[in-house]
Amino acid sequence: MSNRDFVVQRTASVEQRVDAIQSALQERGLKVAEAVEELEHLAQEAWIPQNGARVVARAWTDPAFRARLLANGRAAIAELGFAMPKHHRHLVVLENTRTVQNVICCTQCSCTAFTLIGLPPDWYKDLEYRARVVRESRTVLKEMGLDLPPEVEIRVWDTTADTRYMVLPEQPPETIGWPEEKLAGIVTRDGLIGVALL
Amino acid sequence: MDGMHDLGGRQGFGKVRYSPNATAFHAPWEVRVNSLYAFAVRLGIFNMDEYRHAIERMDPRHYLTASYYERSLTSLATLCVEKGIVTKEELERRAEGLFPLAGQSAPGRTNAPTRERFAPGDRVRVKLDYVPGHIRMPAYIRGKTGVVVSESPAYPFPDAHAHGVEAQDEPTYDVRFRSEDLWPNSADAALVHVGVFQSYLERSA
Repeated sequence: MSNRDFVVQRTASVEQRVDAIQSALQERGLKVAEAVEELEHLAQEAWIPQNGARVVARAWTDPAFRARLLANGRAAIAELGFAMPKHHRHLVVLENTRTVQNVICCTQCSCTAFTLIGLPPDWYKDLEYRARVVRESRTVLKEMGLDLPPEVEIRVWDTTADTRYMVLPEQPPETIGWPEEKLAGIVTRDGLIGVALL
Repeated sequence: MDGMHDLGGRQGFGKVRYSPNATAFHAPWEVRVNSLYAFAVRLGIFNMDEYRHAIERMDPRHYLTASYYERSLTSLATLCVEKGIVTKEELERRAEGLFPLAGQSAPGRTNAPTRERFAPGDRVRVKLDYVPGHIRMPAYIRGKTGVVVSESPAYPFPDAHAHGVEAQDEPTYDVRFRSEDLWPNSADAALVHVGVFQSYLERSA
């Protein structure tokens, strides 16, 4: 009896729980398998940081595009064929300079401009980053390998609404004059989040 | 709600487990959960505010120990049960074990009765709002004063949108706070920018 109770009380593994909800939806006639396949493709192959990198490379090489990007991010990325979900109604691009370092976070969940930056890496979603980066920004960045000189002002952007943010990193001086494609190759996801320099 | 999810400024957490090549997913089921919840949103079974709120309603012990995608799974399943698509019993039968869901929702609310339009440079104060339902105001800015830097397009008002309450869309303001004002003598110097819904703000002298 007690042995049976124990079995009944066991929490199903996450895989079992995912299978349960997926099969329940499937059985209700929803085309789950097709949608999952399509969305898995988008999440792993279409929504990647190389998109943001291309936007940055264009901004570095085309001052008029840079101005449009800073004025209206959503319209400017559309010029390059990039889109955002309907509910992300606004894209704010944050320009790093020699004296300003912008950093993105989401303290309440883990929102990001995922169609440009990619789905967020594990550390971005962890409790440590969410709790600490707003309050101990300089310390946290240093722990992550970005030791900023004291004269650099840190600006942290907490993604609390459906406005999305992307950092426009400073172009490394040694890359001035490089072609756009080569420039896109040096822009990293963590540079677009603002926790790493290029 | 002043829930466990509202982590900004909480102390006691250790170092960020950072690596430059960190991945978004670690197991196939995580990719599947991410797709399943996005699919449900696409079908209109629930919206993003309902989705976020169902995560916030998880038992705090479960919230803190669950991985990001387990929280996502819990929200998806909770909302499918609440919307009458499936019962908890069916889920547990299919999963061959317990399927912990999020706790019950409290009532939402509509927009503030009066809302003011702000311009960049305006000084604003975050109202002392305490609500039992969904709100996108991190507690660390409650009652704090900052400066408006920009206005967004109008969005659904989360406090209503997460609860099926009628409300007008309203803009958010990117408000710049000094970390020194948020946590006096207890923060690294920085400017902290938060997207704050119009209903949460009042003009400051």
